[in-house]
Amino acid sequence: MDCSESLTMQATSRRALLLGGASFAAWAYLPKFARAADGRDPRFVTIILRGALDGLATVAPIGDPDYAGLHGAIALRSDGPNAAVMLDQFFGLHPAMPEFTRMYRAKQAAVVHAVATSYRDRSHFDGQDVLESGFPGPGRVQSGWLNRALEALPKGERVTSALAVGPTTPLVLRGAAPTVGWAPTALPQAADDTAMRLLDLYQHRDPTLASALTQGLQLEKQAQGDEMKPKPGGGGAAAMRLVARGAAKLMAADDGPRIGALAFDGWDTHANEGGPVGRLAQLLGGLDGALAEFQSGLGARWRDTVIVVATEFGRTARINGTEGTDHGTGTIALLAGGAVNGGRMITDWPGLKPANLYQARDLAPTTDLRAVIKGVLHDQFGLGERVLADTVFPDSAPVKPMKGLVV
Amino acid sequence: MARDSQAALTALNRFGFGARGGASGDFINAASDPRGFVLAELARPNGALLEVPGLLSTPELGKQVFDYQFEIKQARDAAKAAQQGASETPPQGSDAKPQQRRNLSLSTAAKEIAGKDPAMQPQPADSANAVMTPSATMQPQAGPAKPPAQPLNIIQKTFRAEALARLQRGVVADCGIVERLVVFWSNHFCISANKGALARMWAGSFEREAIRPHVLGRFGDMLKTVEQHPAMLFFLDNQQSLGPESRAGINRHRGLNENLAREIMELHTLGVGGGYTQDDVTSLARVITGWTFAGRQGRLGTPGSFAFNANAHQPGPQLVLGKTYAQAGIAQGEAVLSDIARHPSTAKFIATKFARHFVADDPPPALVAKLQDTFTKTDGDLRALATTLVQSNEAWQAPLTKMRSPYEFLVASGRLLARNPEDPGRYLNGLNLLGQPLWSPAGPNGFPDTAAAWAAPEGIKLRLDIAAQVASQLADKFDPRDLLELVAADAASPETRRTIERAESRQQALALLLMSPEFQRR
Repeated sequence: MDCSESLTMQATSRRALLLGGASFAAWAYLPKFARAADGRDPRFVTIILRGALDGLATVAPIGDPDYAGLHGAIALRSDGPNAAVMLDQFFGLHPAMPEFTRMYRAKQAAVVHAVATSYRDRSHFDGQDVLESGFPGPGRVQSGWLNRALEALPKGERVTSALAVGPTTPLVLRGAAPTVGWAPTALPQAADDTAMRLLDLYQHRDPTLASALTQGLQLEKQAQGDEMKPKPGGGGAAAMRLVARGAAKLMAADDGPRIGALAFDGWDTHANEGGPVGRLAQLLGGLDGALAEFQSGLGARWRDTVIVVATEFGRTARINGTEGTDHGTGTIALLAGGAVNGGRMITDWPGLKPANLYQARDLAPTTDLRAVIKGVLHDQFGLGERVLADTVFPDSAPVKPMKGLVV
Repeated sequence: MARDSQAALTALNRFGFGARGGASGDFINAASDPRGFVLAELARPNGALLEVPGLLSTPELGKQVFDYQFEIKQARDAAKAAQQGASETPPQGSDAKPQQRRNLSLSTAAKEIAGKDPAMQPQPADSANAVMTPSATMQPQAGPAKPPAQPLNIIQKTFRAEALARLQRGVVADCGIVERLVVFWSNHFCISANKGALARMWAGSFEREAIRPHVLGRFGDMLKTVEQHPAMLFFLDNQQSLGPESRAGINRHRGLNENLAREIMELHTLGVGGGYTQDDVTSLARVITGWTFAGRQGRLGTPGSFAFNANAHQPGPQLVLGKTYAQAGIAQGEAVLSDIARHPSTAKFIATKFARHFVADDPPPALVAKLQDTFTKTDGDLRALATTLVQSNEAWQAPLTKMRSPYEFLVASGRLLARNPEDPGRYLNGLNLLGQPLWSPAGPNGFPDTAAAWAAPEGIKLRLDIAAQVASQLADKFDPRDLLELVAADAASPETRRTIERAESRQQALALLLMSPEFQRR
């Protein structure tokens, strides 16, 4: 067999995932109550959209008299070609999201609008750190809120589905609780004996590398026999669907992971964002497809599932000079899943009058994203308010978990 | 002698790309005078320039992209016309036939090219195909039959040629500190080839023209060259940004895009928390309106070269970081950049990042202070900055806790095994696998620079797989025990020495050597 050929093919499949900007990672254990007598077996997924999603372009406040002027050429409309889907009298959903529309109508999806983390500056990287770390401010990148939530859950058996860790774990899942991820590879594996000798050397000389290699080897074992192979090409939207399909298949299994995180890159739409069609529309189509993949892939488990889609901050209310939007503040979070108490817009709408905008430029946040996530974690996994306020989202006691998000 | 060997390991691995194999004598030379070994390369004039026959300038490359895209467009239009012609007007007369035949062939050409042209992909990320070998294009793996190999297009060819030139320089360099500096600054001022056809075409020329000439020069010069380079202007959208009150802004009802201005402050100079506000970002965005590059038509200058478009420039003075800039035209932006380059926050930001890259994730504060001091006192002399680093005791005393990045790992392997690459494919694939695709970071903040980022479980496992594969192909040419002498001599730990000596085969021994802490840590 020609090694360089197989390396090339491998690189093709990996590249389709990596450069598509999509990845999946999950907790390596089942929660202990996963097979409880009541038959409820909750799943939780968070999807991080890196680059800052334009919430005003995704769920447009078409009924707000200032919206059309601010969003200008890329504003959604309630009529005409490619019209937004009106979710109520006021808000219209982007036409690239028919699956989410269907879930919303079936009361399995909800939108939280004018939401933001506690971060109020406009650096992507700090904003993502705050979003994923769950700390009130930037600079804390050792662990993520989801990982700390896992530490508070009773640990059951180890997941045994085919999993391998991604080249890097997203911050939201980084931390002390062991995680796994899915990243298919076909590179010829080093012989077990070589790996064991190396591990022995690391154990004597380099404990950090020993720990990393141990995990890498365990995951490789679990991954054997995995038949999920990505198809190369197809762009970011296809990569989103693909990773979601793989993640859903893994999470549907009885011995598969229950709690995972995906990260999708590419939402930084500074120029030519597009309105009902265009760049953002393609990305939203990919996200919509990913949600649909979860529903179909999880099958009967969809009933017990909550997916939270979040981004580091929003974008300017007014489009910039290049028919895009610059870094802003308030945006949306999406909830989807059979366990979501859906079919509703959840918002304390601040309005888009100049005086109502945050720093006269951004949608003002009126809901703290932590309240949303806390509410879901409480309802899905019974995490107490105390641990949510002290450990999962440190120093967040004043931000109460939102009630009634889960059926 | 043992002490010197340890210092040699630091000289070669912390500051350079590792010892070369063969008869280079790198380890012995480094052991006899560790600091001198590193400093000698720093002292060389023009050591960072990369002038290789066949590598073209940014405008020349830009012209090729414009021509290529124009060709495709013409072929497309012709194909469309042919379709319409075929359905609407039946061919008549004798001269219709050759006409139609030409159209048909153009149509075929357009179809062939459309699948390969990065500019035509729905997502910029797809242009990554350009680095792939012809046998692995967009076709699904499970396809019934392999399609015939398609020739590389001009963008793919250029990217590979640029990559090859950089890799070859890294593999043959004496110590490698200058190439390490190039990689550091290139990542600091990164662009991503995934932005589109022009970015992929210019990824190499950007580094050759904007980074290399200033790696041992002045920071302010590098900053100015980078922010005026077409690749950076394209990468961060500045060619689209128009002054709202400029003539073009008024006529076209378009205006600012603050992407480049923000990253200049946040990532290139002051750093987050460096004392700038949203208003400063917006002002800087206004200041640099009109900084663009000439397009195919060449209305603003030679196609593909930097151009100042006065029609797009926001008129009037601007307030940036508390100072009013009243200059007209391009001088306004150059004055701002010149001041920002000298800002105390910039000195601190650069000093910290520099020390973090070379020494430790949490670098010794005394070292950072020294670097900051040098940066400030020398007005951003980057040769002086690197010299201060190498002459500091901190940089030699701190334990080797950093991980080699995938790029450093692959280049170091190539050096040890004396494999000057003739084809970049293997390296490019390896970099993709290990999460560091060449010139293609996920965001404008570049690739991560912490040990933890490169010591993730799958990262380590994949390194082992790659090491095993390399070893399976090359181990017969070497005695791994000799290679260990070249890599670490008596700085090798007894455990590493024993592990290699007791390996069951040369292949296994070489894989273990490439994965040993002595080879992975720096």
